[in-house]
Parts: sequence; C-alpha cells; structure tokens
Amino acid sequence: MPHMLTRSLDRGASIFLLVVAACGILIPLSNLLLPAGSALQVPTYLVALWGKYVCYAILALSIDLIWGYCGILSLGHGAFFALGGYAMGMYLMRQIGSRGVYGNPILPDFMVFLNYSKLPWYWHGFDMFWFAALMVLVVPGLLAFGFGWLAFRSRVTGVYLSIITQAMTYALLLAFFRNDFGFGGNNGLTDFKDILGFNVQAEGTRAALFALSCLALILAFLICRAVVSSKLGKVLIAIRDAESRTRFLGYRVESYKLFVFTLSACMAGVAGALYVPQVGIINPSEFAPGNSIEAVIWVAVGGRGTLVGAALGAVVVNYAKTFFTSGVLAPYWLFMLGALFVLVTLLLPKGIIGTFNAWWDQLGATKPNADSAAREDGVTEPKMAE
Amino acid sequence: MNVMDTRATSSLLYLDGVHVSFDGFHAINNLSLTLEPGEMRAIIGPNGAGKTTMMDIITGKTKPDEGTVLFDGKTDLTRLDETRIAELGIGRKFQKPTVFESQSVEDNLLLALNVDHSVKGTLFWRGSKGEAEQIDRVLETVRLKDLRRKLAGSLSHGQKQWLEIGMLLAQDPKLLLVDEPVAGMTDVETHQTAELLKEINRDHTVMVVEHDMTFVRELGVKVTCLHEGTVLAEGTIDQVSSNDRVIEVYLGR
Repeated sequence: MPHMLTRSLDRGASIFLLVVAACGILIPLSNLLLPAGSALQVPTYLVALWGKYVCYAILALSIDLIWGYCGILSLGHGAFFALGGYAMGMYLMRQIGSRGVYGNPILPDFMVFLNYSKLPWYWHGFDMFWFAALMVLVVPGLLAFGFGWLAFRSRVTGVYLSIITQAMTYALLLAFFRNDFGFGGNNGLTDFKDILGFNVQAEGTRAALFALSCLALILAFLICRAVVSSKLGKVLIAIRDAESRTRFLGYRVESYKLFVFTLSACMAGVAGALYVPQVGIINPSEFAPGNSIEAVIWVAVGGRGTLVGAALGAVVVNYAKTFFTSGVLAPYWLFMLGALFVLVTLLLPKGIIGTFNAWWDQLGATKPNADSAAREDGVTEPKMAE
Repeated sequence: MNVMDTRATSSLLYLDGVHVSFDGFHAINNLSLTLEPGEMRAIIGPNGAGKTTMMDIITGKTKPDEGTVLFDGKTDLTRLDETRIAELGIGRKFQKPTVFESQSVEDNLLLALNVDHSVKGTLFWRGSKGEAEQIDRVLETVRLKDLRRKLAGSLSHGQKQWLEIGMLLAQDPKLLLVDEPVAGMTDVETHQTAELLKEINRDHTVMVVEHDMTFVRELGVKVTCLHEGTVLAEGTIDQVSSNDRVIEVYLGR
C-alpha cells in the first residue's frame, strides 16, 4: 500500500490534500476557540454550510471516478448519496427516543402519527451506530452491485445507461414519497437530537462533523488516486476510450465496471451520511433526478478525469449557488447553471483543472529538460464527446 | 469431458459450414476454412465478401446461425464470449487502428500483456522485470522504442498500426487475426509491415485480411479468396489471381 500511495501523489494532489487538511483543522479551531464576532472567527452557520460543500465534494469524486476514468455517466448518483443519508437519518431518528413530540421510546414520531403498531423490520439495528455506519456502505453498495450486474452484463452503455440510472433514482424518489414505505414520506427524517451522545446542534459537534467530513474527503481522494494510478486505472481508461478493444485483450470489462461502480456508490453513501447530520434533514427530494444531474455538472466544471477538479467543481458551483440563490437573482439560478454547463462544454471542455493542467504541460514542454514524465501521474483528459 | 479432449482435427482453427445472416442478408454462407498451426494465411476478397464478419465470428463478437468453429481442435468458439476467446489465445487487430489514445505507447503494451486480467490482479499489480523486458522486446520489434513515453494518440497512422501489432505481440496469442494492417500506409511502411508479419509468423499462427495485392504477394503465403461469404479459391497468389472466377469477381464480367 505505501507503494501505491507514493506513486499516486503528484504536486496537484499534494496541494489539494494540504488545503483540505488545513481547512479541516483550522476552520473548526477558529470556530471554537476564537471569540464570536472576531474577524478571524468562522461563524457556526458557515461551518455547517462548508461542511455541506465538503460532502458534495466527496459525491463529485465518486462521480469522477466512474465518469472521468471509466466513461460511465451515472445520472442517478444522488440515489446512493440519499440512501447513505437515509441510513444515517434512521440512526439519528432512533437516538431521539422518548424525546419526540409523542414521547414514544421506540417509534419515531412519524410512525406514531401514521398509526404504526411496531417498528418495521428494516428499522431494527439502526439504534446502534456501528450497524447504521455499516448500512451506509452496504445499502448503496448492494444496490449499485445489483444494478451494475444487470446493466453491465447486458452491455448497456452510453446514453442508455444514463437514462436507466435516472429511472432508478426517480423510482426511489417515488417510493420514498409514500408514507407506507416506512421512511417518513415526503417529510423524510428530521428533528434529530443526538449523534453518538452529542447534541447535533451544538457548536462542538458541528465543528467535529466538519473535520470528519474533511477527513472523509481526504480518504476518498486517496482511495480514488490509488485506484486510478494502479494498473486497474489504466484498464478503466482503456475501457473508457475503447471498450471492445479492451475486451479483445482479454479483460472482463463488466467486472471492472462493476467494481468501480460499486466502490463509487459506497463513497457517495458516505458523503450522504455525513451530509445528513450537518443539514439536519433527509427527505425524498434528495433522490430528485435534477440533483444527480447537478452533481455531474460540478464534475464537468471542475474537470472530468482529474479528481481534484471534481472536488473543486463541487465547491465552486455550490458556492455560486448559495451566493446567487440568496439574492435577487434567485429565480434565475437554474438558467445560470444550465448556461454554465453549456459554456464549460463549449469553452472549457476539460474543465477548470483539465485546462490548467494542459496549460501547465505546455509551459513545461517549452522549457528544456521537461520530461513527459508529467503524464505518468495517471491523469489524462478524456474527450468530452461520447 | 474426455470426449471433448480428443482433438477433432489437427488444425489450429477449423471452420465448417458456417452461416450468418443479418436481416436476411447472408454475410457468411457455408464457409469452411482451416488453418494449420504455424501457418500464415492471407485472406482476400472484394468488399462485402465477409472477411471482417469471419473475424467477428472467430473472436466471439458475432454468433453464427449454424456451423462449427473449433480452436485448437477441441474448443467450440461459438459458445464463448470475446474475453474468454482472448484468454484462450486469439488476438485481433482491427481494420481501423484501435489503440488507447490517451495512454502512452508503453502503457498500451502493458495493458496488452498476457498476465493476470482480473480486477484484483490489476488493482494490486506491481511491475516485474520480466514484464519490462517483454515490453522492451516488443518495442524493439515494432520499432517504437524511441516513442515509448509518447501518447498513443500522437502517433502517425502507420505507427498506430504497428503499435497495435505490438499489442498483439505482447498479448502473445496462439493465433493472430490481422485486419488490413497496411491500409493507409506508405510503400516503405507496407514493406516493413510485411517483414514484421513474417517475423511474427516465426512463432505465431497468423491470419491476415488485406486488399493490397503487392503486400499479399510479398508475404508469399497461401491465399484464400472469399466472395459473398464463401471460399471462392485457395492456393498460391499466382494460382488464385489467375483463377477465372476470381478475376470475374474482382473485375466484373
């Protein structure tokens, strides 16, 4: 493993890791230790907001891993994010205990309201954190495995695969909207009190969740780098660029796709699980197809197939979203997002980081002694066109 | 399984009575053809004669409607998929050069190497000296040693063709199927490619599909002429090119 890690770290990746680690340490410290109102103090609402961005960055990484490196354009990745979120939400609901409005020690409020006589079987175990944490990985992973097994074995690719991933997340959206599905219907899960015994509203908990999210982003990034810079990463790129050629070389393409799709879904699940305690609610709207498409736009803006770009894109686009939707321009945000996607596709097909990398390489190529070793970092810009 | 172990034929590749039709069009019509171990065979024929479809059948991309396709005298290729067939030792070069453009020349060869192709094997792969030497040898053979770190997409058309042949060599299959290796090449490159294929033929069985008659003549091997999905003539290039029916098919009446 150390070998895999050192090989996978180039300058861009190191800078990225340093920045995330610094944020993960300094922002919580500033929030907790400096007096409120001081110029350098990060207010708690910002810690929560930025924590949300960090979770989105993990989701973006998971999409870049499959889209940027293996050419699988999932337009339903929000489903895995939401499932991870629901798994965490179920744990948080069970922690409320008898402090709910109806004071039922076992049943969450919405179940009492909907006249449930006992806890549905699939809610059992979620009172234990370890079980919920496991489900955060297992539920999205299993769904992705089953879905991928059927889709990749039948050689569903390209736009058809994108369409069925949309259908998948939409089907889940409809299912989770139903009251009798047992997940709180359209209100979802909310009014959380504690996580591992700490008040989710408390400043200290929020700061810790932010730091944990940064840690998760670092881990997700290291896993992605290790995968894409291994020989398996080369196979993924080969599949992206010439799938049938790869098959004729003797690679079982569907196994590779299945592996990376499942891994990606687990990562998206973790992102969702960290997101829910920070925003305080999970409801079926997280399954909306639009959310998944938006996440793909983050990756395209930041730079597909660059990992760092995906994370950067998620933060930049969401910062813009927060900025614009809180002002007079709010009704036009979706138009701006659409325009952003069109502009990036036309003018910056490699995204922010991809364009920067190309420019940097060019700069290096004009210098003597510049070696093409720069290309050995496993980072390659894919063609935007499918 | 003992019955399957006994060889039905001594041929490396054995096609008998193969039929394929696409929406009523008979692409392959009662095609029978055998290839002996160590042989190099040139396949010629006008457009639409079924040359590429035949390769699709052998490599598992297309399933025949009827007929026998045996590899190594005992393996029924019609029941296997592309990956399995590639693992058995049948490599293919496509008509249009298909290399992994966004990866370096040596990575293209690394991917082609006949080593562990499992997800686990590639995830925890660490290069070995043997593999590096094999890549060096292939680079030498296909004359791309100086370009090893270049992106495959930046190579010229002829170099891409060679890289793809190099990938076949790295794959080290028992049977190489080579579809139009000299299309779009200069005369010098065509000549070099003929030399390269002859060199490869020293320890591999090769089937070459080609239009270029000068090139086929230079190979100096047995020629099979296909027409409308069936074998029209077989023999030396002189025999085949003086065959009345071949002339008729190529020149019209």
